[in-house]
Amino acid sequence: MIVADRKPFEEIIEMLKPYSRILLLGCNECVTVCAAGGAKEVAVLASEIRLFRAKEGKPVEIKEVTLERNCDPEYVETLKPFIDDFDVVLSMACGCGIQFVGERYRNMIVLPAVNTTFYGVTEQHGVWAERCQGCGNCVLDKTLGICPVTRCAKSLFNGPCGGSQGGVCEVNKDTPCAWQLIVDRYKEMGMLDRYLEIQPVKDWSTSRDGGPRKRIREDLKI
Amino acid sequence: MSTASNLERVLKSGNFAVTSECGPPRGADPEAVKKKGGFLSGYVDAVNVTDNQTSVVRMSSFSASLILKTMGFDPVMQMVCRDRNRIAIQSDILGAAAWGINNILCLSGDHQKFGDHPTAKNVFDIDSIQLIQCVRKMVDEGRFLSGEEIKGRPSLFIGCAENPFADPFEIRAMRLAKKAKAGAQFVQTQCVFNVEKFGKWMEMVRDLGVHEKVYILAGITPMKSVGMAKYMKNSVPGMDVPDDLIKRMQDAPKEKQAEEGIRICLETIEKVRSIKGVSGIHIMAIEWEQMVPEIVKSAGLYPRPQP
Repeated sequence: MIVADRKPFEEIIEMLKPYSRILLLGCNECVTVCAAGGAKEVAVLASEIRLFRAKEGKPVEIKEVTLERNCDPEYVETLKPFIDDFDVVLSMACGCGIQFVGERYRNMIVLPAVNTTFYGVTEQHGVWAERCQGCGNCVLDKTLGICPVTRCAKSLFNGPCGGSQGGVCEVNKDTPCAWQLIVDRYKEMGMLDRYLEIQPVKDWSTSRDGGPRKRIREDLKI
Repeated sequence: MSTASNLERVLKSGNFAVTSECGPPRGADPEAVKKKGGFLSGYVDAVNVTDNQTSVVRMSSFSASLILKTMGFDPVMQMVCRDRNRIAIQSDILGAAAWGINNILCLSGDHQKFGDHPTAKNVFDIDSIQLIQCVRKMVDEGRFLSGEEIKGRPSLFIGCAENPFADPFEIRAMRLAKKAKAGAQFVQTQCVFNVEKFGKWMEMVRDLGVHEKVYILAGITPMKSVGMAKYMKNSVPGMDVPDDLIKRMQDAPKEKQAEEGIRICLETIEKVRSIKGVSGIHIMAIEWEQMVPEIVKSAGLYPRPQP
């Protein structure tokens, strides 16, 4: 899923200063799962904003809407009947959803209420962690299911740096060293010899470095 | 094929090599480089020039290398993958070779989190092993990573680093084997304090036959004080300072701690020299370059072999 974090309240309030009619948008997909921008978080943020602005003597009107998906035209279209009743859209969807709503309704400004952070998993209740960077050229076969691009702070392809100690990354003691995990995996599978294979320089053109990416399935186009 | 490297000459002639290092200043004053270099003159076979070490902005490794070259040194230009993509890396290699830099040390580089610009974007387009392969290709095949031909190929003696004390320990010798396979000709290790563990690593290195493929220079760092010893033990990732050494430093009276540090350093040199497969030492006297001559002399490694 795409993981996000709500922005600090002060930053959100500052962005909303010029506006008094706000459409607060949530999303039922990833940001609901990671508890950043689902219907529940929309309701909480709406209350916080109403209270704050009422105290300031600048009350706001907020409509709370949580779309099934903000990255799909079908659902974005459902905002059409009422979006023009508002001064601004404050979106708790991921960066994709925020942009996509803005693209459809060009007369509206769509403000981000979250920072979109990574593609990750739920490691445990309330803990999400990054697993993939979408580099477009997967090497998980070579590293037995642990991504060096994402999980090594230096994206090293040929083994751990000199700062790996006690299984922990030097950059953050709460982060496991990706190469310790890979080596452990090689050992578990009786494949430690594979470590000796030199991974050649990576083709980053399939990653963000090649420019914004697009996937087209001609057979599915209408 | 030999290069014009003095370090390569010393190692190939079978002499026990001595290198040291010079961290460039945080400013544009060439005198700062010359001052540090002045301490080392005549006592080392080559001098490493660090590349924005610990991710703190300093005068470029290439520029400081050039200043040291004019002083008669054979610089080992360190190059990290943190700040440059493959385009900048190859360009800087051509530039350095054009100015007669004979040695390059290929490193991944410390993470920028530890430096003075922790909000910077890092590069890591290629890693240290791929960097070794890249230089090898440029030198041996006269081709860029892209495969295109280089007009006027560089000549460089290629080195790498390895930390025998980092984890996972069981692949640390294999990692050097990988670097040798990629084309590294010499390695300078992380500071050796735990000689026993270093010995174990060397055994694994010998089992893989890697000591016959790369010249191994053991990293040596004299400790100035018990504070420095503790700092290295507790705060520098991948550093292994055994408790008995900390105790020796602690037991020495404050004004004698530096002396004790030098004594430990000389004992370490003596011990690593006797390990089969060790071809030299790399003295990293951090902000204590003035001690290098005494260390080299006391270790019986002076004078250095002249061409």
